[in-house]
Amino acid sequence: MTMRVHVKVRRFDPDTDQSPWWSEHDLDAEPSDRVLDVLNKIKWEQDGKLAYRRSCAHGICGSDAMRINGMNYLACKVLVKDLGSNITVEPLLGLPVIKDLIVDMELFFEHYRSIMPYLVNNDPVPTKERLQSPEEHERYDDTTKCILCAACTTSCPSFWATGDYLGPSAIVQAHRFIFDSRDQAAADRLDILNQSSGVWRCRTIYNCTSACPKEIKVTKAIGEVKKALLFNRF
Amino acid sequence: MLAQRRRAMPSSNFELYAWFFMRVSGVILLLIAVFHLMLMHASIGVGNIDFDTIAGRWGSPFWRVYDFFLLAFALTHGINGARYVTDDYIHAQGWRVTVKALLYVVYAIFIGMGAYIIFTFKA
Repeated sequence: MTMRVHVKVRRFDPDTDQSPWWSEHDLDAEPSDRVLDVLNKIKWEQDGKLAYRRSCAHGICGSDAMRINGMNYLACKVLVKDLGSNITVEPLLGLPVIKDLIVDMELFFEHYRSIMPYLVNNDPVPTKERLQSPEEHERYDDTTKCILCAACTTSCPSFWATGDYLGPSAIVQAHRFIFDSRDQAAADRLDILNQSSGVWRCRTIYNCTSACPKEIKVTKAIGEVKKALLFNRF
Repeated sequence: MLAQRRRAMPSSNFELYAWFFMRVSGVILLLIAVFHLMLMHASIGVGNIDFDTIAGRWGSPFWRVYDFFLLAFALTHGINGARYVTDDYIHAQGWRVTVKALLYVVYAIFIGMGAYIIFTFKA
């Protein structure tokens, strides 16, 4: 059954706008439509200037994270029927807006690069794959699911307060390598995370866990890194 | 190649110790502050607390040490929390250093005064 929805979108075009403003749209949507479908409809039928990122549209690429009714979601994963007939869409908080729903992700990726997000292993390269038992993989399996959408980091008040904080996503990525039995740079990564801009900025408020579209237990992963530091450095 | 910006290596484990202290002191405070509340406010009663009550209580070294722990844990926990807030929300370095210096001065004065009163008190 088609439903009538009222959509408010936070807009900003640096070429023409002095400050952000809200555009309002009324349209018909299926309850099973995703917010991305609604945004597409607005862009294609009502306002071609509306700007937002999307790529795969199936919750894998992480391009269309945005703030929807006050919570961070992927626009391609949240359904209209779960939001009701009033929908408010804003860009992610804590990162500079480039235009409308598009934010500048550079700071986010700078933090990502700083934790060495690649396998470090200085042993001679084996002729076959580097073997790992299912149990060893299980140790960090949850954090391999991260798609770098930034929903967690931009839901974090510590990150809003200061962009110096590496943020939950970078810590999740570090966790993925720190607990990988094949990796040899855990100590270096723990050094990076042991600074005041690292895990100690986390105030354990669980916004990141609620925001993660891949349902990674982000706060738990951060806690495991804190524990690793505690038992390593004491 | 990705622009790799390695961060400066940390010079200390100070933030680690501070975080661990917050956890431990939180648990200790929960026990000793609640017991203090039950004893002084519920059992004895605020209306019945006078000089003689405190003098009698501080006749025992146990209560002097207990009260000093209450002061030390609560003040350190609180000032460190305020330090976190300062680090999070005051971005101008001059102001941040000033506010933190003030916090440490207040901390030193209150710990000093408290310890002086608790341990030199004579009925």
